Amino acid sequence: MSVREVTRERLGAALWRRPWLRGALILSPPLMWFLVVYLASLVALLVTAFFSVNSLTGNIAYQWTWSNFSQIFTQSVYGTIILRTVIMAVLVTVTDAVIALPFAFFIAKIASRRSRQAFLALVFLPLWASYLARVYAWINILSNHGVLPSIESHLGLPITNLAYTNVAMWIVFSYLWLPFMIVPIYGAFERVPDSLLEASADLGAGSWFTFRQILMPMILPGIVAGSIFTFSLTLGDFITPLLIGGSSSNFIGNAIYDSAINGGDLPFAAALAFVSIAIMAVYLLLARLAGAFDAI
Amino acid sequence: MRLSRFTRGGFAIFAALVVTFLLGPLLVIVLFAFDKSNVQSLPIRHWTTHWFVVAFNDQAVRSSLWLSVKAGCAATLIALVLGTLVAFGIHRFRFFGRDTVSLMLVLPIALPGIVTGLALQSAFNIAHIDLSIYTIIVGHATFCMVVVFNNVVARLRRTSSSLIEASSDLGARPLQTFRLVTLPMLSTAIIAGALLAFALSFDEVIVTTFTAGAQNTLPLWIFGAIQRGQQLPEVNAVVVFVLILTIVPIAYAARISSGERSFGSAESK
Repeated sequence: MSVREVTRERLGAALWRRPWLRGALILSPPLMWFLVVYLASLVALLVTAFFSVNSLTGNIAYQWTWSNFSQIFTQSVYGTIILRTVIMAVLVTVTDAVIALPFAFFIAKIASRRSRQAFLALVFLPLWASYLARVYAWINILSNHGVLPSIESHLGLPITNLAYTNVAMWIVFSYLWLPFMIVPIYGAFERVPDSLLEASADLGAGSWFTFRQILMPMILPGIVAGSIFTFSLTLGDFITPLLIGGSSSNFIGNAIYDSAINGGDLPFAAALAFVSIAIMAVYLLLARLAGAFDAI
Repeated sequence: MRLSRFTRGGFAIFAALVVTFLLGPLLVIVLFAFDKSNVQSLPIRHWTTHWFVVAFNDQAVRSSLWLSVKAGCAATLIALVLGTLVAFGIHRFRFFGRDTVSLMLVLPIALPGIVTGLALQSAFNIAHIDLSIYTIIVGHATFCMVVVFNNVVARLRRTSSSLIEASSDLGARPLQTFRLVTLPMLSTAIIAGALLAFALSFDEVIVTTFTAGAQNTLPLWIFGAIQRGQQLPEVNAVVVFVLILTIVPIAYAARISSGERSFGSAESK
């Protein structure tokens, strides 16, 4: 055996005898990256939220201050933005759940095995497809001479002017996040054995009773999982408000974007970002209090 | 649940409507990309591939495409190595805080993208690092790593360790076992993870907004062009190009890891 082979052999044996060493060698590069890049960044975000911007120079003053948070909680404009965002997130979540429930039920329990695969592929397609492409499609659909007004005038219907309104945002958000709601609800339906539904029917329960008493409790975790996506994605989006929304479409997302990118006020943007994290935390807590995680 | 034929029919019609709602907008984008007119409206009178040529010859589009490809490849490569390593470590070793670590790893795609983007920008600001292609890559690699991790760890959970034990019983060295047994077992999951990671990076706009500085990736160019409201026919052509480049790798990833559910984790925005 050559020297190189012997060294390799010994190294291998040494590693084999010490599993903790192997574990440390394998885990330290990715965990170091995660720690140094991601977790440190989250800490940096928190710290930045307590800095301010020097109004003369435009540079960040690295001194502790509560001014960003007090501004958010005292100026009514931010209260309005936060309220508007939360209402939109709730509306979008409810809309998607209402659409996804019967649709996922149809794929999981009514459609044949073969068409089930086709339907799943059709749901995954928009999930995979470019996010910007999907937002842009709606500009073409809703704009004044877009697809929707064209069809409406062709059919002699009254023309709706949805472009750059909050109604447009509601439609587009619901469209964008719908697959995120369908997938977990479908998964939940799939886990319900058919025999359970048959047993319920055999014991004399009507469809509606079976749905409410047997199905609903079992798919609630799926709805909650989907709603976490729809809620969090609506809170964090600034592209849709900027491209689809109008003058009254100030949401937390584009308020953060405006302060960080256009206003050069990174500390204030960081404080706003923490507001959206806090809303998300409250939402998870409420879901938990409502017993949504009990079944998981 | 016994449903009447009438009810079943009702569900089927509803499902058809939902599919139309999901796919219609994508069709609109593709059709308008071939519309000769400057203003996108129905009906389309003249068809052309002119806008693809215009987009292809646009220097700004080209340079942003090139930046996207470079950043995507680099981020995918880093994510591939780190994501596979962490999947291995979490799966193979039991250590204190293991559950916490695997939960935390999903944070970059569980928290809103704007939080990740702003956090990275804050960190670069405090560390006095100027925004460049490297900061884009760092940001993308961080959330792409999660996708690779999800794919590989899902595969590891479904493969039994008996093959690996057999290999060492037959006298293979650990590295030999890794190269000849473990890696081939995981290869499709790793490739699928890489394809998903690239598609994710290629289309990402929210985190990139905060880490790109003055440079444009292709999604940033599209975003800017839509906001300015100029060059919209060209935007249509570019958007169709991005649409294809995101669908194809992910569809392929789903095929090679067929039977797996892990491709559902592709989405993360």
